[in-house]
Amino acid sequence: MSDFWIIVFAISVMLGAVGGAAVATWFERRLLGLWQDRYGPNRIGPFGIGQVAADMIKLLTKHDWVPPFADKWVFIFAPTAIVVAMLLGFAVVPFGPGLQIIDLNIGLLFFLGMTSLAVYSVLLGGLASNNKYALLGGLRSAAQMVSYEVFMGLSLMGVVMLSGSFSMVDIVESQRDGWYCFSQFLGLFVFVIAAIAESHRLPFDLPEAEHELTAGFHTEYSGMKFAMFMLGEYLGLILISCMITTLFFGGWLAPFSLTFIPAIVWFSLKTFLVICFFILLRCAIPRPRYDQLMSLGWKIMLPITLINLVITGAVALWIAGA
Amino acid sequence: MELILFYIASAVAILATVFALTRSNAAHALIYLIVSLLAVAVIFFLLGAPFAAALEVVIYAGAIMVLFVFVIMMLNLGEEGDQRERQRMHPAVWIGPSILSAVLLIEMLLVIVKLDGPQTGALIGAKQVGLTLFGPYVLAVEIASMLLLAGLVGAYHVGRRFRLSEPAESSTGDSSEKGAKKSTDNQEQA
Repeated sequence: MSDFWIIVFAISVMLGAVGGAAVATWFERRLLGLWQDRYGPNRIGPFGIGQVAADMIKLLTKHDWVPPFADKWVFIFAPTAIVVAMLLGFAVVPFGPGLQIIDLNIGLLFFLGMTSLAVYSVLLGGLASNNKYALLGGLRSAAQMVSYEVFMGLSLMGVVMLSGSFSMVDIVESQRDGWYCFSQFLGLFVFVIAAIAESHRLPFDLPEAEHELTAGFHTEYSGMKFAMFMLGEYLGLILISCMITTLFFGGWLAPFSLTFIPAIVWFSLKTFLVICFFILLRCAIPRPRYDQLMSLGWKIMLPITLINLVITGAVALWIAGA
Repeated sequence: MELILFYIASAVAILATVFALTRSNAAHALIYLIVSLLAVAVIFFLLGAPFAAALEVVIYAGAIMVLFVFVIMMLNLGEEGDQRERQRMHPAVWIGPSILSAVLLIEMLLVIVKLDGPQTGALIGAKQVGLTLFGPYVLAVEIASMLLLAGLVGAYHVGRRFRLSEPAESSTGDSSEKGAKKSTDNQEQA
């Protein structure tokens, strides 16, 4: 692609991601409604899709307020960090053959770096609010993110070992003989759990746990700035689903050689199913206690990841030697 | 093009570091420090070391600095902390470090003048870094990991609770500290 088309493509990816995140809020509520045997938002427009626009108008027209006791500039900066970091993460997602903003040779590490930078949004939001609930939420997220980041990165190293590259395109191409969700099922298992914790989605949403911390790190946020936090969260959900598709479910590759359907359709379909799975998890699993979260991470997830790494390394060496 | 980007990134890094030193609010100083680390990552990238750049972001900016912010949050100094810091930063404190860093700066300038600007040489990927680390420098890697293991055991010992009568509570600080050490350790081995 020439420079011009890359810029056009990048802008369309950005708009698509933001639009997707907006629609995802409605979609999630409808799907939760379906699974919990109720309606969900169904009043505005066909199937209630107008709810997205209604929510947006409501959030945008709210008074943009900074509490007088807050640390003003950090308070304003915090919600932007998560959106910027998550949108940057989309730069390395391969949506189809050649449909990628940039094929970095450290693509996977770039994604990990961006998700770890997104943590600051929650941390600084909690710190700048000068509110005890926000502070507690921020503290929890710091410990949670740092712990789960460790094996989030490590769980992907099996994929890197088998494909021999950090580049997203190489990882997808190396799955032509078999998706990594079979050979790396332990890696997939750990990555899914770490990814939920990293994007603080519901089973692991301890930073904002409504029942104990009012709203956690975004207690003091309202209007547009609150919307930015929500946007970042949904962008994170979509980004992580894209990553799971790319790394474990063959990215744009067609299953059963059904290649007459375009690659981008396969990619979208797989990502869509992963998003549905995340929403199902949300309505199926209750939130653990904070110490349960930590011991789950360090006592179960980390050993599983290390075992997976050792076995993968041994098998990779054995295959290379044979 | 690369030269301009390099100078911009360097200017950002230097300015951010200066602000990190002079801010009296600990949280603001940390934000500047994070920006400075990110700018250094950009410089690494421009110099043809993308792997080092990625590790700089993932480990320094993404993990270690999170722990710094965590500590600041735990201490929760607030306004008194700022005032104490302001009192402590009177000019006399600056003289010693300023002279020392001026010497370093002169040395740096000489090196730069001699080396003829930044070297945008060959690309060094993850594979070369790995081969070098676990080839000629394997001993250093092992020693570093032993050191981190010692830190881990030490943190475990300090954070351990003796079970008397009360049920053991979780201590978040220690677990996250272990997290950082573990993460650097693991990143090295990975």
